[in-house]
Amino acid sequence: MTKVSMTVNGKAASGEVEGRTLLSAFLRETLGLTGTHVGCDTSQCGACVVHVDGRAVKSCTMLALEAEGAEVATIEGQAAPDGTLNAIQAAFQEHHGLQCGFCTPGMVMSAAALLKENPKPTEAEIRHYLEGNLCRCTGYHNIVKAILAASGQDVSAIAAE
Amino acid sequence: MPKDIDAKERGIGAATKRREDVRFLTGTGNYTDDINVNGQAYVFFLRSDMAHGRITSLDTAAAAEMPGVLRIFTGKDFEGVGGLPCGWQVTDRFGEVMQEPAHPVLAQGKVRHVGDPIAAVVAETLEQARDAAEAIELDIEELPAVIDMKAALEDGAPKVHDDLTSNLCYDWGFVEENKEAVTKAFEEAAHVTTLELVNNRLIANPMEPRVAVGDFNRATGDSTLYTTSQNPHVIRLLMGAFVLGIPEHKLRVVAPDVGGGFGTKIFHYAEEAFCTFAAKALNRAVKWTASRSEAFMSDAHGRDHVTKIELALDADNNFTALRTDTYANMGAYLSTFAPSVPTWLHGTLMAGNYKTPLIYVNVKAVFTNTVPVDAYRGAGRPEATFQLERVIDKAALELGVDPIALRRQNFITEFPYATPVAVEYDTGDYVATMDKLEEVADLAGFAARRAESEKAGKLRGLGVNCYIEACGIAPSQLVGQLGARAGLYESATVRVNATGGIVVMTGSHSHGQGHETSFPQVISEMIGIPEDMIEIEHGDTANTPMGMGTYGSRSLAVGGSAMVKATEKIIAKAKKIAAHLMEASDADVELKDGQFSIAGTDKSVAWGDVTLAAYVPHNYPLEEIEPGLEETAFYDPSNFTYPSGAYACEVEVDPETGKVSIERFAAADDFGNIVNPMIVDGQVHGGIGQGIGQALLEGCVYDEDGQLLSASFMDYAMPRADDVPFYQVDHSCQTPCTHNPLGVKGCGEAGAIGSPPAVVNAVVNALRSAGKDVTHIDMPLSPARVWAAMQG
Repeated sequence: MTKVSMTVNGKAASGEVEGRTLLSAFLRETLGLTGTHVGCDTSQCGACVVHVDGRAVKSCTMLALEAEGAEVATIEGQAAPDGTLNAIQAAFQEHHGLQCGFCTPGMVMSAAALLKENPKPTEAEIRHYLEGNLCRCTGYHNIVKAILAASGQDVSAIAAE
Repeated sequence: MPKDIDAKERGIGAATKRREDVRFLTGTGNYTDDINVNGQAYVFFLRSDMAHGRITSLDTAAAAEMPGVLRIFTGKDFEGVGGLPCGWQVTDRFGEVMQEPAHPVLAQGKVRHVGDPIAAVVAETLEQARDAAEAIELDIEELPAVIDMKAALEDGAPKVHDDLTSNLCYDWGFVEENKEAVTKAFEEAAHVTTLELVNNRLIANPMEPRVAVGDFNRATGDSTLYTTSQNPHVIRLLMGAFVLGIPEHKLRVVAPDVGGGFGTKIFHYAEEAFCTFAAKALNRAVKWTASRSEAFMSDAHGRDHVTKIELALDADNNFTALRTDTYANMGAYLSTFAPSVPTWLHGTLMAGNYKTPLIYVNVKAVFTNTVPVDAYRGAGRPEATFQLERVIDKAALELGVDPIALRRQNFITEFPYATPVAVEYDTGDYVATMDKLEEVADLAGFAARRAESEKAGKLRGLGVNCYIEACGIAPSQLVGQLGARAGLYESATVRVNATGGIVVMTGSHSHGQGHETSFPQVISEMIGIPEDMIEIEHGDTANTPMGMGTYGSRSLAVGGSAMVKATEKIIAKAKKIAAHLMEASDADVELKDGQFSIAGTDKSVAWGDVTLAAYVPHNYPLEEIEPGLEETAFYDPSNFTYPSGAYACEVEVDPETGKVSIERFAAADDFGNIVNPMIVDGQVHGGIGQGIGQALLEGCVYDEDGQLLSASFMDYAMPRADDVPFYQVDHSCQTPCTHNPLGVKGCGEAGAIGSPPAVVNAVVNALRSAGKDVTHIDMPLSPARVWAAMQG
């Protein structure tokens, strides 16, 4: 077992891990941050997306030890301390961009990464960017719509939510 | 959606934002894998890597000595324990009951599909359990596997179950008495269209893999199972009564937040029984979390029908008879409701939206060395709709008539309508939904869009189809006659608290459908109090009345109706209390906007005054009614509900590669009354997404030895955001259900039922626009299949 330390959602976090422990397992099991979900074992589904040093990462494909010293952001740190949802979270609720909620943390974290590098993405750019995030409930309609809305674009012409 | 509905702020018809979203958006949901019980151990299942074989030796001694191992269980440990039960017994066309093989929790002597569990290693950590499983010494004598259904029925085929007479589960005919009349109608037909097709085997793949945590309380002797289920009470009954012999009062089943179900989380699985059993045996909680690869080979699969359908028409193009022959794959064992899917959920829907007077359906259900097959979103109804709507398009091609006109000509137009396949549609307006579709899909603009596509070197096709489905499967007495070993009612307890807030304990279960938001809308409408005064409890057998759970688009139609019935009792009692407080007769009391009043007077008392009086009964008619305000109702519907609609898909096909892209997709549905239009739209979007997945991408593939080739998200293609467009959906055509109090019909499965034929019809239409003589391509319409079809 090796000690690993990092900053998670702005707070220092550390724990003892095996060399094979994945970042997703460290977040879920050691830190109890169960908002990061694991939906597959081939890095396809994207339910485990978090930010590591500002970049979107599938936390199931990264060892916890690789995150030594890194700034990690998870879904638990996205809303304001008083619970106010951030713009992306609020848009997902406003436009019914989630149903069962399992893929949602990864969708929100991917959307945040997208809007950081491309503040006004087109529909096609959003759909392309989400290629690594699977959702089985929504048919993606309201997810794409919510991200367009979160970027400040007018979605009133898109079919009803 | 109509403006007046869109604008409504609360109650039935309001697009209330979902309250459950907040926890899901902030990572504070509570899914089964998020649950950890103090001192829990972990189980890893050693599964068969062969499709069919005899276990010749199984030595766990060395593995049991590995670090952290608590115990290794094998089939021997389950010899005195029941097998997994099947909840539906089908009677075949000769009056014999189906063949029903044993389904052990852990393999007893033989393995029958890749993934069949053989041994279970329980250890302090999952890694230790997995490491120890590798040290188990296992020898399996490989036996020839049967994968293809028709081959499985040939004389001399290897038998999946040695103690059965063959691999035939049942040979079902429906309606058997119609068979001769149908034959005669075909002999007299002016035209017969025949189509052979495959309804591809699918894997539901909810994003949350299955999880089970078994716990045992030594002090009370009570067992608890936390599980990813759509129907915790059903699991409690099946597992308690048939597998482990635990009475309901000593067994609690909790299905907390569940990350999607789509049918595959209805069924009782071996892992649930194992964790509950092992927790008691070890006196420690035992947790199992499926990896996705494990889910692929242990979750029940869906569809997998091979069908020949024939449609007879007279000289005026009226449908005169329909005949279908289907082989339905059961897999290696009978999953919980598997036998009902190709029969009562499929044969009864073969009339579709059409007044075909004579129908005969034959279904042969077959055992193969594959994972069990059971209900997946739509369950039988997509299979019925696909073949019917495809054969109608083919008939239109052969007859040289417009496929929409051919449908319109044969629509059922008068209701109620008794079909020749034993069901009675209460309401519907198929002309209205088709008219609405033509508008929403802008079918008039198709020719111009096709011209644009052709300029860009693409083939553009339009596919249109209708669907009907039967939701809220019922009544219990009828389904009992049809072979169901369960009732199909639903329950609700409405508990009003002293200060006026309400908790509804429902037997329905929400795993994405938004009941926590939509159910309060109904009560808010009935009582006139804000929705946020009402909470929904679901998913825990310890605090909810016996319920049948959520599947078959039944929650609002059946569970919502139970809640309405219980709320009606609440209102009746509350009126008596209000009448006492106002010194009036309860017959004169009116309830509006949370105020009780006496018509024609200025007397009124507030909802909160009445609820407080119920629990602080100082001024209260105690001689007449009991204190308190809590009521339970069970609702058993008198009929199915029959949602219907019309769907249109426009595709572009790249003639160079065969790649299909969905350019437009429109749906006009009739779900009866709508409680939350936002949620309804979302349900339709999701169904369409899965239907497009079936049509274009998804296909579960076994090789001839029974190896599952599509066993990960790398190999099983599911729709991604860039595989689908925005959808145009409309549900303004509303013919309310006549037999439930809300007039609702159910919307959860419609999209998955209605969309596959639209996609295939569109691709065939596109290829024919280039002069290709193509009449059908089997799903999924991969570029390779489409390209091959184009080569003739």
